Amino acid sequence: MLRFIVRRLLLLVPILLGLSVLLFAWVRALPGGPAQALLGERATPEAVAAIESQLGLDRPLWEQYLQFLGRAVRLDFGASLQTGQPVIDEMLRRFPATIELAVAALLIAVCVGIPLGYLAARRYGTWVDSLAVTGSLLGVTIPIFFLAYLLKYVFSVELGWLPTAGRADPRARAEHPTGFYVLDGIITGNLDASWDAIQHLILPAVALASIPLAVIVRITRASVLNVVNEDYVRTAEAKGLLPGTITRRHVLKNAMLPVTTVIGLQLGVLLAGAVLTETVFAFAGVGKFMADAIVQRDFPTIQGFILVIAVVYVVINMIVDLVYGLLDPRVRVS
Amino acid sequence: MTLLEVRDLSVTFTRSGQQPVRAVDGVTFDVAAGQSVGIVGESGSGKSVTSLAVMGLLPSRGVSVGGTVTLDGNELTSMDQRELRDVRGRDVAMIFQDPMTSLNPVVTNGKQLVEVLTRHAGLSKGEAKTEAEQLLRRVGIPDPVRRLGEYPHQLSGGMRQRVMIAIAIACRPKLLIADEPTTALDVTIQAQILDLLRTLVAESGCGMIMITHDLGVVAGLCDDVHVMYSGRIVESAGTKDLFARPSHPYTDGLLQSIPRIDDDDPADLLHTIPGSARDTVAWDRGCAFQPRCERAVAECLSGPPAVTELGTPIVPHPVRCLRPVGEDVSLHEGNVAR
Repeated sequence: MLRFIVRRLLLLVPILLGLSVLLFAWVRALPGGPAQALLGERATPEAVAAIESQLGLDRPLWEQYLQFLGRAVRLDFGASLQTGQPVIDEMLRRFPATIELAVAALLIAVCVGIPLGYLAARRYGTWVDSLAVTGSLLGVTIPIFFLAYLLKYVFSVELGWLPTAGRADPRARAEHPTGFYVLDGIITGNLDASWDAIQHLILPAVALASIPLAVIVRITRASVLNVVNEDYVRTAEAKGLLPGTITRRHVLKNAMLPVTTVIGLQLGVLLAGAVLTETVFAFAGVGKFMADAIVQRDFPTIQGFILVIAVVYVVINMIVDLVYGLLDPRVRVS
Repeated sequence: MTLLEVRDLSVTFTRSGQQPVRAVDGVTFDVAAGQSVGIVGESGSGKSVTSLAVMGLLPSRGVSVGGTVTLDGNELTSMDQRELRDVRGRDVAMIFQDPMTSLNPVVTNGKQLVEVLTRHAGLSKGEAKTEAEQLLRRVGIPDPVRRLGEYPHQLSGGMRQRVMIAIAIACRPKLLIADEPTTALDVTIQAQILDLLRTLVAESGCGMIMITHDLGVVAGLCDDVHVMYSGRIVESAGTKDLFARPSHPYTDGLLQSIPRIDDDDPADLLHTIPGSARDTVAWDRGCAFQPRCERAVAECLSGPPAVTELGTPIVPHPVRCLRPVGEDVSLHEGNVAR
């Protein structure tokens, strides 16, 4: 088990090295170079030269790369060009918001997707099945930002049920020891603040959940349809087991294997989707910061964001593989 | 005493927009306690569907079952699923063909054995575990405690089939249905598994239906044999009688198709039955075997063939054929069919 984790973590090294080369090359490939990009098109050659020597851009490429790498290893991606603060601090401050949003979206996707997919499979060919299949097709095809605006218009603007933007009511006074607002409310005993945070989470989380939800419904449905025709399910029936036991122990336990993999992969989709959702709902997370950084050509932030997301992605996949081993004894690592 | 009575069993598969398919038609046979009955036939002859119908395991949608199945005086065919669930695994148990796919890969062997005991035998989990150990020992699995904690993929094919057998005999069923239990195993393991089944039936006095396409299995294990072709039983006899006096041309062809180790001339080609099981005739139009039969005459296509009794009331040997092999009664003198 430990050896497996260590091996997977070591695998991060070549991935990150490759990624660092790409990121390094990308910044150097900006039109006119990063200094020009920073200063704008009408910058004087003197100003460009000054910035280039300040950023070390006049040094040989390999030296620049090693320097970039050395800093990146220490999580030093430089200062954000938007705020002047170190990129890593800016990201750490915003990460709880994004994680909170992603977890909420994933919860919705899993808690709705798995039962719905199961139901569609058991009612195969009926209207329930058709509805689930059509709905999931809509879910993957509607662009997140469109769905986000639609939800906002209907539930916030027209119906007025939920807040339009932000993570919390700006008039509310609440303390945030962890940065996870829902959790903070519970810790500080301020349940009103938790409830407020949840209300702010609902719409962005639903918008963000649309794709993973649709994918989970489809995979669960297909997987259950496969498993119910397996010989061991017939064996379970021949044993005279109760339907509940057959469903839980013999159908779902096997059908959940591919679903687990997909849930892990969807976490990556959630992080990417957060950029769009957070922007629409002015949700102050890493995604919105990233979107602003792209507009502002804040390349230190973009570099840092991409590297951190890559690490998160690999770690999530490792966790999925570990969970998979728990569920399926055949792939259990010895 | 008769344990299982199957009377005029028929199974029809219907699909919207397609002709209904009658997979089993008018099947009638008995199994007595302590008796092993073989059902022989090739793929598609309806033998597995017969066994699933006896278990009540056929899907409810698109399938209609006719006739009656009575086990120990209780009519299974009139029971609902809830009642059938109490019977399955307790009174009737089944061993399937492929032990590689018939056990749940993500549940331990122990749990798969214990769950049937806690369901039917009213044992607590602890008692069931002890019983499970005993069962594995009975079916010849060494180191049962370790094996109970392992998963199916950690066992060989033969061992898995032993686990399946242990699950089947766990609640001391009155009837054991073995659906080609050795087909997926290699030859030496086949012999061991058949030996085990023979011993278990002798010890427990339960009845057994052995479904197979292998006449060798029948010869070594069964008291009575029913030969099925295209959904109907075409010949029934005691095993010795059948091997000594195969009367349906199909049975005869099957027996001739077995390679013999004492065959003198190695140049002799192995006998085959011409055509395939798909070259068939609907039973209500004539004999389904007619297109492949070397003894066929024109009458074979005039309605369903009648059953000829070649045995005695005590030792019956019915054959569904107008011109059984070895019978000199020729319907049309001088009519050399082929």
